[in-house]
Amino acid sequence: MDTETMAAETRAKRPIRWHVGVFLAPAVLVYTAFMILPLFGTLQLSLFRNIEQTQVFVGLGNFRTLFGDPNWSVNFWNALRNNVWFFIIHMLVQNPIGILLAALLSSPKLRFTAFYRTAIFVPTILSFVIVGFAWKLILSPIWGVAPHLMDFVGLKSFFTPWLGKEQYALTALSLVSVWQFVGIPMMLIYAALLSIPDEVIEAAECDGVTGMAQFWKIKLPLILPSIGIISILTFVGNFNAFDLIYTAQGALAGPNYSTDILGTFLYRAFFGFQLQVGDPNMGAAIATIMFLIILAGVCVYLFLVQTRLRRYQF
Amino acid sequence: MKTKLLTALLLGTSILGTGILGTTGMALAEDVTLNIESWRGDDLTIWKDKLIPAFEAKNPGIKVVFAPSAPTEYDAALGAKLAAGSAGDLITCRPFDKSLELFKKGNLADISSLPGMENFSPVAKAAWQTDDGKSSFCVPMASVIHGFIYNKDAFDKLGLKVPTTNEEFYAVLDKIKADGTYIPMAMGTKDLWEAATMGYQNIGPNYWKGEEGRAALIKGEQKLTDADWVEPYKELAKWKPYLGDGFEAQTYPDSQNLFTLGRAAIYPAGSWEIGLFNTQAQFKMGAFPPPVQKAGDTCYISDHTDIGMGLNAASKHPEEAKKFLSWVASPDFATIYANALPGFFSLNSTPVKMEDPLAQEFVSWRGKCKSTIRSTYQILSRGTPNLENETWVESANVINGTDTPEAAAKKLQDGLDSWYKPAK
Repeated sequence: MDTETMAAETRAKRPIRWHVGVFLAPAVLVYTAFMILPLFGTLQLSLFRNIEQTQVFVGLGNFRTLFGDPNWSVNFWNALRNNVWFFIIHMLVQNPIGILLAALLSSPKLRFTAFYRTAIFVPTILSFVIVGFAWKLILSPIWGVAPHLMDFVGLKSFFTPWLGKEQYALTALSLVSVWQFVGIPMMLIYAALLSIPDEVIEAAECDGVTGMAQFWKIKLPLILPSIGIISILTFVGNFNAFDLIYTAQGALAGPNYSTDILGTFLYRAFFGFQLQVGDPNMGAAIATIMFLIILAGVCVYLFLVQTRLRRYQF
Repeated sequence: MKTKLLTALLLGTSILGTGILGTTGMALAEDVTLNIESWRGDDLTIWKDKLIPAFEAKNPGIKVVFAPSAPTEYDAALGAKLAAGSAGDLITCRPFDKSLELFKKGNLADISSLPGMENFSPVAKAAWQTDDGKSSFCVPMASVIHGFIYNKDAFDKLGLKVPTTNEEFYAVLDKIKADGTYIPMAMGTKDLWEAATMGYQNIGPNYWKGEEGRAALIKGEQKLTDADWVEPYKELAKWKPYLGDGFEAQTYPDSQNLFTLGRAAIYPAGSWEIGLFNTQAQFKMGAFPPPVQKAGDTCYISDHTDIGMGLNAASKHPEEAKKFLSWVASPDFATIYANALPGFFSLNSTPVKMEDPLAQEFVSWRGKCKSTIRSTYQILSRGTPNLENETWVESANVINGTDTPEAAAKKLQDGLDSWYKPAK
């Protein structure tokens, strides 16, 4: 058999490439078993209701209850509103500070860069329980260091028990969360800034664009895709948030539900709390709505934002 | 040769095997082992060292094993075990709906006619009965009583008398506040339940007249917006100036520490604190029941049924288990239990002799006041919104001053009306 016929034969009946499937299988199986199946399980659960100890199909009945019954809808809209505020704080505080820190860190004149980088990133790897508990103590009006520190600089009169006041609690917790997670946008932006080719910067300098103008006109447009990614990560993270509120304020997200976000609302509905008996079906309905909100946000990003960002990439 | 050895070995093992089986079989025939399911891991040593030996000494042939699981996992774990048929013979009962559900599912046996059940008052049994009160399914074990614990040293120093009426109560608080050494009252609203449990449910029974009001509420004859139910909220609203700085962010452990460190004079309490306070506080403590409106009024206390024990309907040794339950219903058990866990009071009608002076003080109120249980626990917290949870939120709102007493009561009643239709 000469080489030509052999080549023709392989072209004619290409062997099935089993190894592709074999290599993909572990990830696909694990992902299906632990992510996709539960997701569909939740969607399915939300269409049923437990009547007299049996699961009865009720179609969209649970969603009608969620949006139509004031006992549920008031709490739901309150949680959604709080969640949006939680997200806005992160977008307005966490991400700009993250970008600022990254810009400072990437400045060649700064010393101890590695130390700052690590110090700012450390809270991110702490457990929510530690963060929630530590901040509860820091802000405690009785034993906390916050009132004393503020006393030192003569600001004692500005101290209030933030976590116990309806009008401040959610903002205070959002800022705690910002403190914890500011390391992530910082790291991503820092990496993006480092990956800007030196030629671009040099060319800018030749054209007389330096200092602040260089940041705004050259660097910022080049890191926009990273900012987009960070925004969507923040969005997904915030609308899935639960732990911090739960550890700091408890499942009832007090005072007066002012820190109730979708995660805590879902928790109470699904697992119940104290004398409230859990209702997995209503819980699944809330989880489904959360899924749809996040899906919608991600779609907006993918189809409207990212397509436009692409032309800045090199 | 080899085969012979092998046969010998085989024979030997089989004989040994049957021998072991035989002995265990005999042991089973003699000794019955009862397993207790519980969430009270804290009480393990008390059961092992005091309660179980006392029972086994009187009932030879019955062995009892106390097998607790973690409080947060108890309900789920018990449910799974009952479904699989591997649950213990005796089941520690949570009050009201959680146990009622088990009874309705057929997991708990009806023990209305158990010898010893006559030792308990109807209020004590109410937590583990069907709504009509016809069948009981758990033996009441213990209750917790609400009241106020105070720092005796502080009272002596300031020359204060224990208040009995509302007027005296506020006079005492005013004096402590004017003196300035102590925070008049240690309570926070951060954890919400303190405001409801130590506040509303503590002083409330005096206003809604205990069982009378509670029953009328369930029957629909009274509403939470009636004066009797709004009045306790009006009192709570008056507490605000007497609480510590930043009470809005003060948690339950904060309150406990403020009091045991001697920084606060009065602590709105549940009797379960006694054990902890005895070990932590360096000063003398006393207790007084919620003050009445006018001198001479009948006093009412919240004597809340908290823990009971029932019989697994699928138990293989129902007779022995019943024997154990009868013992749990006896004064013997009550004496050991109440002394080992001061602050968890026996519900037995026979008075129990207790060593702890603070616990004695609490339990003495049973003699002069009428007992009731927390108003939101029976039947009324079955729907959405959940009355108990809403009471937490609204009680905290009232103390924080973000809701008026009337507005809070209206919200609660509206929530209740939306799902609860009392039988007319």
